Amino acid sequence: MDSRLLTSAVTLRVNGTVHRLTLDNRSTLLDTLREDLDLTGAKKGCDHGQCGSCTVLVDGRRVNCCLLLTVACDGSEITTVEGLSDGWSLHPVQEAFLARDAFQCGYCTPGQVCSAVGALREMAEGRPSAVTVGTEPPSGAAEIRERMSGNLCRCAAYPNIVRAVGDAAERAAEWWERTP
Amino acid sequence: MRTLRYQRPEGVEAAVSAVNATPGARYLGGGTNLVDLMKLGVETPDLLVDVSGLPHHDIEELPGGGVRIGAAVRNSDLAADPLVRTRYPVVSQALLAGASDQLRNVATVGGNLLQRTRCLYFQDAGKPCNKRAPGTGCPAIEGVHRNLAILGASPHCVATHPSDLAVALAALDAQVLVEGGTGPREIPLTELHRLPGDRPERDTVLEHGDLITHVRLPAAPEAVNSAYRKARDRASFAFALSSVGAALEVRDGLVHRVRLALGGVAPKPWRARAAEERLRGAPATPEAFTRAVEAELSVAEPLRDNAFKVPLTRHLAVRVLCDLAGRAGGPR
Ligand SMILES: Cc1cc2nc3c(=O)[nH]c(=O)nc-3n(C[C@H](O)[C@H](O)[C@H](O)COP(=O)(O)OP(=O)(O)OC[C@H]3O[C@@H](n4cnc5c(N)ncnc54)[C@H](O)[C@@H]3O)c2cc1C
Ligand code: SF4
Ligand code: FES
Ligand code: FES
Repeated sequence: MDSRLLTSAVTLRVNGTVHRLTLDNRSTLLDTLREDLDLTGAKKGCDHGQCGSCTVLVDGRRVNCCLLLTVACDGSEITTVEGLSDGWSLHPVQEAFLARDAFQCGYCTPGQVCSAVGALREMAEGRPSAVTVGTEPPSGAAEIRERMSGNLCRCAAYPNIVRAVGDAAERAAEWWERTP
Repeated sequence: MRTLRYQRPEGVEAAVSAVNATPGARYLGGGTNLVDLMKLGVETPDLLVDVSGLPHHDIEELPGGGVRIGAAVRNSDLAADPLVRTRYPVVSQALLAGASDQLRNVATVGGNLLQRTRCLYFQDAGKPCNKRAPGTGCPAIEGVHRNLAILGASPHCVATHPSDLAVALAALDAQVLVEGGTGPREIPLTELHRLPGDRPERDTVLEHGDLITHVRLPAAPEAVNSAYRKARDRASFAFALSSVGAALEVRDGLVHRVRLALGGVAPKPWRARAAEERLRGAPATPEAFTRAVEAELSVAEPLRDNAFKVPLTRHLAVRVLCDLAGRAGGPR
């Protein structure tokens, strides 16, 4: 078979920078970010959608990029944990994680942070979770636990992760503008 | 993973003819199941036809009260849809009980219905498995089967179908709209998935090249009062050990309309017709609910390690029906 058919030209906008790449069709977005673009914030925990450590934002929505083929993301806007901060000025969710000591080894943290950014946006949009009652605007620790349940933490830093996301949610209004 | 070609078809016709022309081709929805199985060597497509960009992204109200859902609608968007949340809460709740937000943001309606079993042997290409490699045997019957079927299995396969959405759709008599190259056709969701019999390699009645384009929910006034409940090993982000989707309308203390389907217990979403039949016209009491669900489960054939699913399913179903009937009582 013509080997050119096994690769594709893909354009991605990652953390504001446009990249034009020619990739093997089998590449996952996680491998592309880590191996081709040197963005090693997103972690490969399980590689099977089970742990959330590879969570990034694609067109504003959080996804597990270990199960996404890069070729299927052609034309997408991608934000990784590296793209959340503005130089030394951290994203409010990152600040909340620091203030609350919401990690131990830190391996799951980039995924937790990206997931929290996505979760807060979903809550602000009024999207329901499994514990949302009626059409009340979702809030509270139970909501945060449920919405963050796609992110496992082997160090079990969960109590402080929930507090950090809660802090960030309270400040959502002031930082909403900045969130990609 | 095997090398592969990738295509974004212009439209439905191009998609269907590309897959029809290539025996090793697969449709790609969100890829959350297919890419996983490709990494495991369980699926080895040489062509992926990406159908996530086809114009099947709408949730439309139909004249007469039903709703038509595009196959490419993301699971999270369907769960959040105001029409679905008010008219068919069981659908929204089933979706939100499944997977994680990250997965639901990517997973499509079509892909969700056609996801493969989570049986551990099926996912391990180094093990025998009649579903993955016909004729090699079913190690789950003697091996790890705690999460597998108590209803509808065969001596050839005891796998369960893992979709939560499909259970809600089975309860609602949803129709699956399919395009296969010879014109569109409709398949009742309850007839989409097969029982394994002696052909466990065939999960569904679809043929190679059949594309799901939409799912249609018929008008069902009682579905306003519907719910989904799921028991699992963790509070969240785990597949069902057992689940129940139900809708109920009570008039003068008697069951007027009822819909009941069970998940995590059978090779397909299990419409509990025996229970429904007993319930119609019966008093809406915990006792009547219990008798009806027991009748449904009387044909259960649990394996060595999953007999717990029989009482678990009974409790879950009675609890949901009691909640929908608006009464206390019933098992906790
Ligand atoms: C860790 C984890 C936990 C999960 N937990 C749950 C859970 O609790 N409950 C639950 O229900 N699900 C769960 N899932 C499964 C998830 O819901 C499915 O992977 C998802 O719904 C599949 O949708 P997709 O669009 O990604 O499908 P794909 O992976 O793209 O496709 C799946 C199959 O459908 C075929 N296909 C896709 N679209 C079409 C179409 N339009 N027409 C014909 N064929 C098509 C593909 O060829 C493939 O064979 C979980 C998944 C993971 C990884
Ligand atoms: S239960 Fe079915 S899927 Fe699991 S090993 Fe047996 S044949 Fe394979
Ligand atoms: S590495 Fe993607 S979910 Fe675990
Ligand atoms: S901080 Fe170690 S895995 Fe979460």
